Amino acid sequence: MTFPHRHLLGIEALRPEEITTLLDLADTYAALNRQPDKHADALAGLTQINMFFENSTRTQASFEIAGKRLGADVMNMAMQASSVKKGETLIDTALTLNAMHPDLLVVRHPHSGAVDLLAQKVNCAVLNAGDGRHEHPTQALLDALTIRRAKGRLHRLSIAICGDIAHSRVARSNIMLLGKMENRLRLIGPPTLMPSGIAEFGVEVFDSMEDGLKDVDVVMMLRLQKERMDGGFIPSEREYYHRYGLDAEKLKHAKPDAIVMHPGPMNRGVEIDGTLADDINRSVIQDQVEMGVAVRMATMDLLAQNLRLTRAEPA
Amino acid sequence: MTKLTFLNARIVDPETNEINIGGLVVEDGRITKHLPKDAPRLTSGRVIDCHLKYLAPGIVDLGVKVCEPGDRHKESYRSAGQAAAAGGITTMVTRPDTEPAIDSPETLEFVTRRANEVAPVNVLPMAALTKGREGREMTEIGFLMDAGAVAFTDCDRVVTDTKVLSRALTYARSLDALVIAHPQDPGLSRGAAATSGKFASLRGLPAVSPMAERMALDRDIALIEMTGARYHADQITCARALPALERAKANGLDITAGTSIHHLTLNALDVADYRTFFKLKPPLRDEQDRLAVAEAVKNGLIDVISSMHTPQDEESKRLPFEEAASGAVALETLLPAAMRLYHAGLIDLPTLWRAMSLNPAKRLGLESGRLHVGSPADLVLFDPDVPFLMDRATLRSKSRNTPFDGARMQGKVLATYVAGTCVYETS
Repeated sequence: MTFPHRHLLGIEALRPEEITTLLDLADTYAALNRQPDKHADALAGLTQINMFFENSTRTQASFEIAGKRLGADVMNMAMQASSVKKGETLIDTALTLNAMHPDLLVVRHPHSGAVDLLAQKVNCAVLNAGDGRHEHPTQALLDALTIRRAKGRLHRLSIAICGDIAHSRVARSNIMLLGKMENRLRLIGPPTLMPSGIAEFGVEVFDSMEDGLKDVDVVMMLRLQKERMDGGFIPSEREYYHRYGLDAEKLKHAKPDAIVMHPGPMNRGVEIDGTLADDINRSVIQDQVEMGVAVRMATMDLLAQNLRLTRAEPA
Repeated sequence: MTKLTFLNARIVDPETNEINIGGLVVEDGRITKHLPKDAPRLTSGRVIDCHLKYLAPGIVDLGVKVCEPGDRHKESYRSAGQAAAAGGITTMVTRPDTEPAIDSPETLEFVTRRANEVAPVNVLPMAALTKGREGREMTEIGFLMDAGAVAFTDCDRVVTDTKVLSRALTYARSLDALVIAHPQDPGLSRGAAATSGKFASLRGLPAVSPMAERMALDRDIALIEMTGARYHADQITCARALPALERAKANGLDITAGTSIHHLTLNALDVADYRTFFKLKPPLRDEQDRLAVAEAVKNGLIDVISSMHTPQDEESKRLPFEEAASGAVALETLLPAAMRLYHAGLIDLPTLWRAMSLNPAKRLGLESGRLHVGSPADLVLFDPDVPFLMDRATLRSKSRNTPFDGARMQGKVLATYVAGTCVYETS
């Protein structure tokens, strides 16, 4: 088996060749998604439930489209509005859903480790769509696919990740994935937004954009959460934009063909200049959204194959 | 007159720091005579041949949480008492962080009555330092002492208002009362579920620097210097706090410190994939900190090892790590876990018993924790070598939140005696 995993809980458990397998399959789905007829039947007959304990429009829509294009029956559950409000625990919710025999559970939760906990209690495949500040594996995979398509390779690149590293699951998954694929990583941000022990991750840390962006091939910007902007972690929005917001001036320090990425949704004028974000010669932000669907199709396809194999085995 | 004779035992004496083969005679609940190695068999009373197993003073466990009043389903005096007896603990010094808090003579009397009715071991209650453990007004320290409170503590809540704390310490000083504090800067540690470092960052857990412990200890030391109060830090768990403690002791302040058995035997990496039974307060530290703290116990800088027994039911632990309750049960695992330190060559048996029995007894002004003639016959007979696989289903506590579930351990209690009466014996 080329992708021997029951769940996708994080990048941590994946091996480089498994990542390549997944991205290769995602490439074929990216091609399919550009056809007039976008249907495949990899998930035909399977039930996919999207459980989002935290608000999300983009990721949920991406998973929903991915599931539907592969023929799954997709159901969205807005967990904030339902039984969680009535005091049901995460595990009870999981067991209740499990009794309805879903095949794929896509879960986002505000607490680190919550998706791992849930995965222990159900007998279907669980996909982590983001848990606390821990991991967001499909985001890292779609970023990797975008980079590979733009740069022609996913190794020996110099990649800068900029902004609120401390609170970002996107940053953690990307650090792990890009590190596994043997790239050179540079983290840039104010020290208040850097996690402790970060130097032990095998990355270079900078607190100035000018130094950090020097000669990089890829610039990944992170979203700065509104609640971090009010003097707790940084003095103000405008000082942050001045020092860490990406604009054409700061981008000059990167390689001339460096690409600009952002996981979205963007705060234009806070972490990134609006004009730069829209510059089709530099920004691959729209490609990231497109690759998101392809990567999620590939992930669910692989997990469903494993699920069918396991179920076919005599007990 | 009841008489009990132990023969052929390896006697672990924390006062003399020796292990000698010999025997003890117990009459009316007290040790009345030491016997040499080949003493002739006595005929009067009951005689116990220890077959060269180890006999030591019973453990005095400072800081046990029994969940009465409030959460009896988590732990009662009966269940905790039975667990203590099975763990070789002959005195439980109980915490006041119940619901409601033990902050008045009336609630203290309830606890004392419940304990006397059902617990087979000695129970000495502590009381809150401030009313409702809210850090605003001091409790009736005098009345509470009259009612039997042996120490005053707000447990894991830190009195943030230094004016309130300095007055409480000053008042406690006038009554010679022992104040126990939890050195942890509340601002820096707010919301933390782990110790900051690579592991916490990888797992995406909100974390606190161990510096929070040193900061709070520094503050408390300044207040002890100012007030002259008798002070004990409940848990010192990191290397950074040790120099401050050492200086305070060298300066002659009336300060002692404890640590928990979990911080001595586990580290931050044991949390692994968000295992909530390893969520403690303060959180587990790095391996370097663990070793530094073990060294401090060995050289006497840290005086006391406690179980910090904190029962939590399944519901409060079966949650995402950040939301799960802190604490672990440890009455029955304290001794086998301490044997890990012994077998690893970090701390020898007399030193362990100094920290688990003699020092806490001394600090609380108790006669126990010793083996000399006239001491109460609170004893534990144990075998440090017998291996077993820890199964939490076997625990006597009502809550079974032990981080040692499934762990390979060595060392078992064979029998426990309180005032010469057997309260536990292995079958």
